[in-house]
Amino acid sequence: MELKSKNLLGLEGMKKEQIELILDTTETFKEILMRPIRKVPTLRGVTIVNLFYEPSTRTRISFELAEKRLSAELVNFSANTSSVQKGETLKDTVKNIEAMKIDIVVVRHPSPGAPHFIANCVDSSVINAGDGAHEHPTQALLDLFTLREKYKRLKGLKVAIVGDILHSRVARSNIWGLTTMGADVCVCGPSTLMPYEIEKMGVRVYSDLDKALDGRDVVMVLRIQLERQRSGLLPSLREYTNTFGITKERLKRLNKGFTIMHPGPLNRGVEITPEVADGPYSVILDQVTNGVATRMAILYLLSGGEKKLE
Amino acid sequence: MSRISNPEYDYIIACARIIDPESGLDKVGDIYIKGEKIVRIETEKLVLKKKKSKKANSVERIIDAEGKICCPGLIDIHTHLREPGREDEETIYTGSQSAVAGGFSTIFCMPNTQPPIDDQESVNFIYEKAKLAKCRVYPIACITVGRKGQQLTEMTDLKNAGAIGISDDGNPVSDSRILRHALEYAKMLDLQVISHCEDLNLSKDGVMHEGFVSTVLGLRGIPSLTEDVMVARDIKLAEFVGVKLHIAHVSTSGSVELIRQAKKRGLNITSEVTPHHFTLTDEAIKSFDTSCKVNPPLGTKKDVEAIIKGLKDGTIDCIATDHAPHSIEEKDVEFDSAPFGMIGLETALGLVITELVEKKHLSWIQAIAKLCTNPAKIFKLTQGKIKAGAPADLTIIDPKIEWEVDPSKLKSKSKNTPFRGWKLKGRAWMTIVNGKIVHKLK
Amino acid sequence: MAKPRPILIMDEKTLHRCLVRIAHEILERNKGAKNLAIIGIKTRGAYLAERIAKIINSIENVKVPVGLMDINLYRDDVQTKLEQPIIQKTEIMFDVKDKIIILVDDVLFTGRTIRAALDQIIDFGRPKSIQLAVLVDRGHRELPIRADYIGKNIPTSKHELVKVKIKEKDSEDSVSIVKERRDLR
Repeated sequence: MELKSKNLLGLEGMKKEQIELILDTTETFKEILMRPIRKVPTLRGVTIVNLFYEPSTRTRISFELAEKRLSAELVNFSANTSSVQKGETLKDTVKNIEAMKIDIVVVRHPSPGAPHFIANCVDSSVINAGDGAHEHPTQALLDLFTLREKYKRLKGLKVAIVGDILHSRVARSNIWGLTTMGADVCVCGPSTLMPYEIEKMGVRVYSDLDKALDGRDVVMVLRIQLERQRSGLLPSLREYTNTFGITKERLKRLNKGFTIMHPGPLNRGVEITPEVADGPYSVILDQVTNGVATRMAILYLLSGGEKKLE
Repeated sequence: MSRISNPEYDYIIACARIIDPESGLDKVGDIYIKGEKIVRIETEKLVLKKKKSKKANSVERIIDAEGKICCPGLIDIHTHLREPGREDEETIYTGSQSAVAGGFSTIFCMPNTQPPIDDQESVNFIYEKAKLAKCRVYPIACITVGRKGQQLTEMTDLKNAGAIGISDDGNPVSDSRILRHALEYAKMLDLQVISHCEDLNLSKDGVMHEGFVSTVLGLRGIPSLTEDVMVARDIKLAEFVGVKLHIAHVSTSGSVELIRQAKKRGLNITSEVTPHHFTLTDEAIKSFDTSCKVNPPLGTKKDVEAIIKGLKDGTIDCIATDHAPHSIEEKDVEFDSAPFGMIGLETALGLVITELVEKKHLSWIQAIAKLCTNPAKIFKLTQGKIKAGAPADLTIIDPKIEWEVDPSKLKSKSKNTPFRGWKLKGRAWMTIVNGKIVHKLK
Repeated sequence: MAKPRPILIMDEKTLHRCLVRIAHEILERNKGAKNLAIIGIKTRGAYLAERIAKIINSIENVKVPVGLMDINLYRDDVQTKLEQPIIQKTEIMFDVKDKIIILVDDVLFTGRTIRAALDQIIDFGRPKSIQLAVLVDRGHRELPIRADYIGKNIPTSKHELVKVKIKEKDSEDSVSIVKERRDLR
C-alpha cells in the first residue's frame, strides 16, 4: 500500500486505506520519538520549505521538529519577513521558491485553496498546513491517531465537535476523516457559526450543547475568537461561555472513558474551563506529541519513491 | 463582392433560414441589402435556385447561406470594455472585435471604467473611440457620480450625449432614497435605469455563492438573499415611482420569482441573465478555479433551473454576457484575491445554442428574441429586426458547427474564461453591421 | 516465458544445523552469553534472531535479550526506490550501551542493509561491539562489510535471487536460488 498521492491537500475524498496507512506509519514514527536519539536519516538531502502566511506556533514548530527528526533540510518563510508585503504575488513567491529546488512545500495560508493553487504552480509536493476555513488535514490525522491509540478503533466512536464550525478548518478535516473511518460525528455551536448545509457532510447538527454531548465518547473543543463578537456573529464571549463552554458539569452526559480534545491554542475559561483542559480525560498534550509523529509519517510517505501522479 | 452598382441591391444573403422574432418570420429566404439598409426580403423566388437553373449573372454578389440561420444582429446590453483605465485588459476596439466574432453587432458598455463614465465628456470619449470599433458601441452612464451612490449624475447631459441608459453596475445604489430620486429623474428624461442588485452588507467579503460547496471549501459565502432583497427593494421603488426598470444579471431563483410576480402585477420590469448563470453552478468552483469567480456568484442547480424556467416563460427578457475581462496576472492568484468576472462575448451564442436550444429549453425564435429583439425593444433601438428599411445589422449563425473553446484564439484581449476546452455547438458564421461584413468565420 | 525453477540450497534440517553452529560460534567467540544481545533485521532476520536466542538459551540456559529492527528509514535509496517500503516498528527494549550486539540478517548481499542497521544501532547508544551473523552470504559487496558468522557461502550471479523462507512467515524453512530474474532490481 502506498499513499499514491503527490500532495496532501485535504481529507475530503481520501480513502480509508490511505488514512489507515498514514496512521500505521505514524505508529512507527512515534516509537522513534521515544529513542535516545530521536532522529533518523531518512530525508537526508530533501529540502522542505515551511511557507507560513499566517501566524502559527504549534503547527509550524511541529512541522519543523518532524522535518528535523527526519534529517531534512528546512527553510522557514513567514509572511511578515518576506517580500509578500512588497506586493509579490503568491505565484511569484512560489516560483522563486521552486527555483531554489525545494522538494516539499508546507503551506499555511489564510485563503482557502491556496495550497491547491501552489500545487498547480510547482512540481514539488505540497502539504496543506491549514488554508483558511477549508482544511487542516495534518491536524485531523493527528486527532484520528490520538483517538485510535486510545480506543484501538475509530469505527463507531461517537464524536462531538463543539464551537465555531463556520470558521474551522479543523472541524471540516475532522468531519471528513472521522466519517470516512466510520465514526459517528455531530457538530454543535451557535447557529450563526454553523455553515450552510453542514449536515450534508454527514454530521448531525445541534444547537443545544447538552443534547450534543449526550452519549458521546469524544468532545473536540474548538477555539472561539473575540473577532466573532465584533463581526456581529455573537452577542458576547460571556454568553458563548455560558451556553457552549465545556465545563466539568457538562461532562456528566458523556460516555464512560470519554476524551476531551482541543487543537489549540486554548482560550482557558472561554470555550473550555481550565479544570477540564487539564483533566485526566484531556489528551490535549498527547495531541501535540502525536502531531510530530503524524507529520513525520506524512513527510515520509509523500517523499518516497518516484513522484506519483494524483 | 462586385463593385458594379445595382439599382436594387449591393448583395444578397441567399437561402438562409431567416428568423425575425419581431415579425414572427421563420422561413428560408433571401435578404437584399443596399448600402446600410435591408431593402427586400424575398421568400418566394429564391435567387440561388434561379441562378442554378439559368446560370445567369455572376454569383459574386450572393452570399450562399444555405443551412444557416440569419437573424437580426445580436445585441449585448451588458459588457465591460475597460477603456478608459484598463486598456491592458480590453479596449473598445478589441472588445468590438470580440463582439463581432461572437455574432454581436451592437454592444453596450458599462461605466465602471477608470475614470467612470459619469459625465458628458466621458460619454463623448466612448463615442469617439467607438467610431473605429467593428460594431455599434453604446455607453451606459453612471447613476451617481463616481458610482459612489451619493450624488446624481447630470442625466440630461448624459442623455443628450447619447448615453443609452444609466447604471452603477458593479455597485448597487445602496441608499434607497438616492435610488428613488434617480428613478424619478430618469423617468422625467425617459432614460432606462439598469439595476445591479446586491446588498453589500449581506455579501460583505463573500467570494462565492453561500451553499454546501462554500461550506466544504471554507470560502466566504454570498447568500442568495444578497440579490433577492435588493431586487425586491428595486421593484418596490420602481413601482412607487411608476418607472420602468431593468434588472441586470439575475442569478437566483428568488429574484426570478420576484420579477415574475412584478410582471404579473403589470409593472414594467425587465431583466437579463448571463450565459454562465444558466450553464454553470457553484460546483465549478470545487477546484478553486478563479475564472469561475463572478459577481453575482454562480448559484446552485435550483437557481439554474429557475433561470431556465424564467427564460422560457418570459420572466427573463434578455441574455447578456456581463463580459468582464481581467488580466492573467489578476486572475492567477489565490481564490480570495482574484477579481470577479469572466469574458463572454465569444462563447455566449455557442452556450445559448448548446445549453438552451439543443436541450429544447428555448426554440430558435425565443432564443434569438432574447439576444436581439427584446434588448432592442427595451432600449428603443432601430436595429434588432429584419425588415425592409431597417439597418442592415445581421448575424448569420452556423447552427451545426461544433467547435472547441480555445482561449488563445479568442479575440478578446483577456482570456479569463472557464469554458476552456468546452465543445460547443453553433457559432456566428458572419456578422454584418450597417451593411458591412465585419466578421466571417474562416 | 516459463517461470524459472528454484534450486534448493538448504532444507529445514540444514538450516537448523547452520543456526545451531552459529549459536555455538557466538558463544565460543564471546566466551559465553554474558553481555550479549541479539538484534534481527526485519522481517526474516528478526525470526532468525529469535531462533538463535532460543538455541543459546538451550545451550547455556541464559536468556539473551532480542531486539527487532526495521532499517528502511536508514536506507540510502528511500528517495529513488520505485515502491515505497512499509515501515514496521523497531522494538529494542534494552539499552544497547556497552552490549555486544549480534546483528542478524538472512542474506548478506551489497552490504547496504547492514550499513543502515549499524547506523541505526549506534543511534540507540554506543555498544561495546557489533558482530554480524547471516544465514547466507551471496557476495557482490558494495561496501567494506563482512560477516562474523555465516551459515553458508553461496556464490551467485547478480541476476539471481536468493530466496529465504522462514516457517514463521513462509510456512517452511528453506533457501533456494531463482535464476535469471533480470526484472529484479
